[in-house]
Amino acid sequence: MKQNDSYEEFIKGIWRDNPVFVQVLGMCPMLAVTNSAVNAIAMGLATFFVLVGSSFLVSSFRNWIPKQVRISCFIIIIATFVTVADYTLLALVPKVHKELGAFIPLIVANCMILGRQEAFSSRYPVRLAVMDAIGMAGGFLLALFSLGAIREILGDGALFGIDLFGENFEPWIIMILPPGGFLTLGVILLFFNWFRFKKDEFLADVAAAERGGN
Amino acid sequence: MDNLAWIFISALLVNNFVLTYFLGLCPFLGVSNSLETSARLGLATTFVMLVTALCAWVLNTYVLIYAPYLRLICFIVVIASTVQFIEMLIKKLSPALFRAMGIFLPLITTNCAILGLAIFATNRGYGFWEGIVYALGAGIGFTLALVLLAGLREESELSNIPRLMKGTAMNLIIAGILSMAFMGFAGLFSSA
Repeated sequence: MKQNDSYEEFIKGIWRDNPVFVQVLGMCPMLAVTNSAVNAIAMGLATFFVLVGSSFLVSSFRNWIPKQVRISCFIIIIATFVTVADYTLLALVPKVHKELGAFIPLIVANCMILGRQEAFSSRYPVRLAVMDAIGMAGGFLLALFSLGAIREILGDGALFGIDLFGENFEPWIIMILPPGGFLTLGVILLFFNWFRFKKDEFLADVAAAERGGN
Repeated sequence: MDNLAWIFISALLVNNFVLTYFLGLCPFLGVSNSLETSARLGLATTFVMLVTALCAWVLNTYVLIYAPYLRLICFIVVIASTVQFIEMLIKKLSPALFRAMGIFLPLITTNCAILGLAIFATNRGYGFWEGIVYALGAGIGFTLALVLLAGLREESELSNIPRLMKGTAMNLIIAGILSMAFMGFAGLFSSA
């Protein structure tokens, strides 16, 4: 049983409550850095670190943080982790850090992270909070990667810098420019809507069939 | 003077915060369902941006040269307290507006456009007036994008679009087309 609810918290972030595709949170870094798959992964990992770290801290201190100043406390905890992530990336992979630029510090303002602290970590024990954070951050990473990969493949004809289509491919420059981000995400959300409608229709059909059977 | 005008136009149109840098998308997609609310939210954001630019300049000049690693924490604390102040002000002056904005008012704190503004201004080494003008341009640009999208959304609510498209997917595609239109402004500075 105990094993099950951790698993439940973990899996819901990946698919059913995916922060980007379902909840539409954390859009800013989502669209800004996904013009190549590598950048998307670096951003996803940084966010992963920040979210899991701050969820752990917030959840551990949840009984000591007064309700009135909780938002400020969360923000300061998050900002601390982001500063750590910022300096770590600068030391380890200066090239990626340069490309992501101001968007690393902007992880602080990722509403998904603050949202998880407010909605989940500040109310649940550490184990569940960390599982939830891992799930959400994993879902975010997945979303970033799929968007980054689609944009890089269409806009550059490459993935991770490796050429895919040969020289006759005419890259859709628009996909790596800002409008491409909006359009790609719009189309992905369209797909998710379609999927949801199909599922609803299927469930309605099943319900109708069951009624007919009885 | 030329330089200031350049900064203003650049923040307003060419490098529009929402449509080119993807900053402040949460309110952009969340609140932009009515023209009136989005115009007011835009104004509130512009005001917070101005105050933030001012504080960022003071912090950068007098405090952060001694401790650059505190930059992020300082900025975010300044922004959070400004937002808190404005929230109280609006609650006092116009309770109706306060209700209309709902959750999005405190969320200005996590509006990346504002933090982004402070960070960009610092990275580019803007002075006092440059920072203020930059904030003004960015704020008005944000309002402009918000109002444009709100107008288009009000129209699209009335038109007969496929059920599948309704909601965020539609808004994102509208935003993509707006963003394409704004790319045209890049031609303003072909020589620069």
